[in-house]
Amino acid sequence: MKDLSQHILDIANNSIRAGATLIQISIAEEPEKDLYTLIIEDNGRGIPKDKIEQVCDPFYTSRTTRKVGLGIPLLKLNAERTGGWFSLTSEEGKGTTVKAVFKHKSVDRPAIGDISGTLSIVAATDPKIDLVYIHTNQSNEYIFDSRTIKRELGDILLSNPKIMRFIDEMISENLESINYTK
Amino acid sequence: MAKVKSLADLRKMKEELQSKVHLREKADNPESLVQVKVGMGTSGIASGAKEVFNYLVDELEKRNIEAIVTQTGDMGYSYAEPTIEVTMPGSEPVVYGYVDVKKADEIIEKHIKHGDWVDGIIPANYRTIEDNK
Repeated sequence: MKDLSQHILDIANNSIRAGATLIQISIAEEPEKDLYTLIIEDNGRGIPKDKIEQVCDPFYTSRTTRKVGLGIPLLKLNAERTGGWFSLTSEEGKGTTVKAVFKHKSVDRPAIGDISGTLSIVAATDPKIDLVYIHTNQSNEYIFDSRTIKRELGDILLSNPKIMRFIDEMISENLESINYTK
Repeated sequence: MAKVKSLADLRKMKEELQSKVHLREKADNPESLVQVKVGMGTSGIASGAKEVFNYLVDELEKRNIEAIVTQTGDMGYSYAEPTIEVTMPGSEPVVYGYVDVKKADEIIEKHIKHGDWVDGIIPANYRTIEDNK
């Protein structure tokens, strides 16, 4: 994974595979505390208690459980490499929350990458799946909510290429306006 | 600083689109359109699926082909990423492996425009060892 946006796409696809209809992704930048926190929450079917340990283990998963592969161990590794930490909580029937905390100042903290393009792709995956993205940079905040967009659009799909590009640009411009860290 | 796009801009754009958008492009009837799914599981992402995705969206639009391009998780062909699944209206899906921008161009020109399959198809009856257990 080259950057954070690729991790996000990857983990969001676990959520989609788990039947989630709502995915909430948040990034909180707290340079004053030297923290950079990514949280991905979904309302999918969740992971059974006895499997939670295993999804973080790259050697266990590979083939028999196709639901989670190398994606989670890679994110965990990247967070821990910066001096940060990782957690995964899940409740069957309720959903899963993945949290990766990076040290903001660490040179090993991955760049955010093409977050706006990634979100526009995830939001367009399926009309039944909604996506909320919250980015806070100290006291500034930007919230993207695909439900608001869908209400505006009516029967035009988010997978329409012009809409996808619009969403990409809208998110990117708004993130620029809160001076997000790239 | 340049003006930041807002929902008001989206509304304007919607009106423009509605005058152009073909009825078929609407949600109730996706089967009547060419559908392309790009595999974006861990291995797909790592091997450049996003570039292929962006290329397909841009090129299909440029070439005036009404199609829906979406992403999907791992399709189970991790050895052949990036993989894409092409479904022509009224046909069974066809999966291509090792798709780069050049391959994607060939798939648009031959498969999507003329219905001629090109090299690189992963047979539908392909089974991994695990599937046979």
